[in-house]
Amino acid sequence: MSGPRSQVAREVAASRSKGTHTSMFLRMLWRAAVLRRGRAASALFAMVVAAAVATAMLNLYVDVQAKLQREFRNYGANIILVGKNNAPLPADTLSHVDSVLAGRGIAAPFAMIVARTSDGQPVVVAGTDFNRVRQLNHWWSVTQWPSSPSQALVGVRALPVVSPKDQPFDLTFEGHTIHLTPAGTVQTGASEDSRIYVPLNEFVNWTGVQPSTIEVAVSGSTQDIAFAMKRLAAEIPAADVRPVRQIVEGEARVLGKTRATLLAAAALIILTAALCVLSTLIGWVFDRRRDFAIMKALGASERLLNGFFAAEAASLGAIGALIGFGFGIGIAMWIGRANFHASVSPRLSVLPIVLVGSMAITLLSAVLPISLLRRVQPAVILRGE
Amino acid sequence: MFVRLVYESFRRQKRRKLLAATAITLGVTVATAMIAVATDIGDKINRELRTIGANLIVTPQEDSLDVEIGGVDLKPPSDGAYLNEKDLSNILGIFWHNNITGFAPMLPVPVKLSDRDQAVDATLLGTYFSKAVTYGKETLTTGVRNTHPWWKVTGAWPIDSSDDVLIGERLAQRLGTHAGDQVTFDHREFHVSGILSTGSVEDDQIVAPLALAQQVLGRPGAVRRIYVSALTKPEDALARRDPKSMSGAIYDRWYCSPYPQSIAFQLQEAIPHSRAEQIRQVSQNEGAVLTRIEGLIFLITLAALFASALAVSAAMATTIFERRAEVGLMKALGAGKLAIASIFFAEAALLALFGGIVGFVTGSLLAHRMGESIFNSQISISPVLLPIILAIAVIVTFAGSATAIRRAVQFDPVFALRGEL
Repeated sequence: MSGPRSQVAREVAASRSKGTHTSMFLRMLWRAAVLRRGRAASALFAMVVAAAVATAMLNLYVDVQAKLQREFRNYGANIILVGKNNAPLPADTLSHVDSVLAGRGIAAPFAMIVARTSDGQPVVVAGTDFNRVRQLNHWWSVTQWPSSPSQALVGVRALPVVSPKDQPFDLTFEGHTIHLTPAGTVQTGASEDSRIYVPLNEFVNWTGVQPSTIEVAVSGSTQDIAFAMKRLAAEIPAADVRPVRQIVEGEARVLGKTRATLLAAAALIILTAALCVLSTLIGWVFDRRRDFAIMKALGASERLLNGFFAAEAASLGAIGALIGFGFGIGIAMWIGRANFHASVSPRLSVLPIVLVGSMAITLLSAVLPISLLRRVQPAVILRGE
Repeated sequence: MFVRLVYESFRRQKRRKLLAATAITLGVTVATAMIAVATDIGDKINRELRTIGANLIVTPQEDSLDVEIGGVDLKPPSDGAYLNEKDLSNILGIFWHNNITGFAPMLPVPVKLSDRDQAVDATLLGTYFSKAVTYGKETLTTGVRNTHPWWKVTGAWPIDSSDDVLIGERLAQRLGTHAGDQVTFDHREFHVSGILSTGSVEDDQIVAPLALAQQVLGRPGAVRRIYVSALTKPEDALARRDPKSMSGAIYDRWYCSPYPQSIAFQLQEAIPHSRAEQIRQVSQNEGAVLTRIEGLIFLITLAALFASALAVSAAMATTIFERRAEVGLMKALGAGKLAIASIFFAEAALLALFGGIVGFVTGSLLAHRMGESIFNSQISISPVLLPIILAIAVIVTFAGSATAIRRAVQFDPVFALRGEL
């Protein structure tokens, strides 16, 4: 009769003692944080700052490539398609290019001939799609884009030749004449200045010449550009697909160097922040050597003590890392807005790195002073020596 | 007594002082290195951006329209004006000549190649490959090899004084020519020293030393256009203004700033009968990229300064907090708050000066290493910055210690001595 009852009692006692154990452990952790609010808060503050700085730096490091690539797209085309052996491209080439790009870039067609002005001067006339050129070549300094038919965009050097008084002018190509009104001028400092640009459909009606060149600006990394080139070459066998090497190579160099600088800066800053956490936490743990001594004097085992301080450090690290992550994302987004005028998207992949790093640093800064204190007799610490 | 207290504090508490000094040194190292990088990054990235090509072009003032499609010049050679090769060296004499990283003259000449009994129309492009140009005491070795770094040659680059030529890869493929073969035009045979690949119109051309092209054209000293690579400052509102409408002081400021516009203006002054302008594709976007990268590094430098200030404060606070018992003893012996605070501040100042100097040196070394490994060039920090950085170190150390010192002098000596705080 006493058998089952004593067994129940034993189970209850066991579960209760387990329960007290856990709750006592949690209670100690909680009271340690509440009673020494000032010190705990300053340790947490250091941790939050370090985690925030680390998050912001890592986030920027991951994002800066995309941001700068966008800036480099303003240089215009990085791929050029020309008809093989200078033949015109098939009429459906542009729609093929658009389907390959699928929104990840912009393409503009160009067709060119040499026409004669009314007084017989040769001038290069190009037919193009103004809406596309406008998006592709941001650096063109244009006074007024053509908006209605029969309007032309005239290069600043061509203007005095064809239309010195801004009056409408005639151009002749193989016996066919076209009447154009200058809408505005284009200035680039390059060959565009000597040309006259007209809408592509009017150009084709007038000359019968189809576009022979398509300039393509693909957004993305070097691999994306190489991949797009490969697909364009496969889809459009009639075209010669070439990279604009000066742009592609220059972009790769500048991006690489900027990222390397950023990485070095991030390493330095994270190291400094970690040092800050380390010194604050070591101070905090050292400060509590009396708690340590009392626990030891009351018979706490080495394992329990280590576990206590480790749990404390780890939870501080985790909480600090989470709060800091939030702040860090905020900083990175602010920098993105202030510097790149675009939002920096939060990278959740940074979180595990920051979390693990924070906990590793807090654990390290808890373990270091404890291994020093362990050798000291509790009595010595309690006497205040 | 004061000096002795400070001295003994350093002698007896080596570990603590070492910890604080290490923190300050590290903080100053990071701050110095980042400031050095931030002040130099603009110049470094500017040089990297030069690999995209020249940003200024000089053409004859009275030139007729260019008639050129796909790199084939359709303008008759008799047409149009030329610049004089002799005036090229004037480029090294302009106000911003130190910002000129290179220039390359170009002279396109239409030629007929004889290829197995048939004639092929092609363009012969005369230029400098790598030629030393002297102006007064200045010498600059310049040419397409530094203004057009994306040009690649299989074989060897021709020497500027030779009659060797390069053949563009697509033209070479059409003709079946290889490096080391001969090519015939202008009733002569020329040695092909290499095959040129540019990914652009030059792939269909023959590129030769300038003197050779002038000889073929029959116009010694003629140059059609000059590409100039210059380090420039991103343009702002002042840069875009018309120099003719400026008053004296503003004009001077405009003239003495390395804007693309003002360098173009100076090139135009230096080369008679010329017209210089910026190549907008290169110079406009360069400004944008440069501003972004400089802004980014500036913000990151601020973050670095903030982090190092925090690290120094944290270390100082910890070392002072650990010395409560000492403060209690001094107070029990009758020391005033001012006396105690001044001892701590004197110690902090000594630590800051020591850490500041060591940190400045290691920071400069670090910046130097970063410059070498990332940009293959030096990042140097001017010694003028040393006092500024030392002052910052002292201020940050004081600020970091202030709260801890204030709390330390407020302790009741009884509790502090019994260790009950």
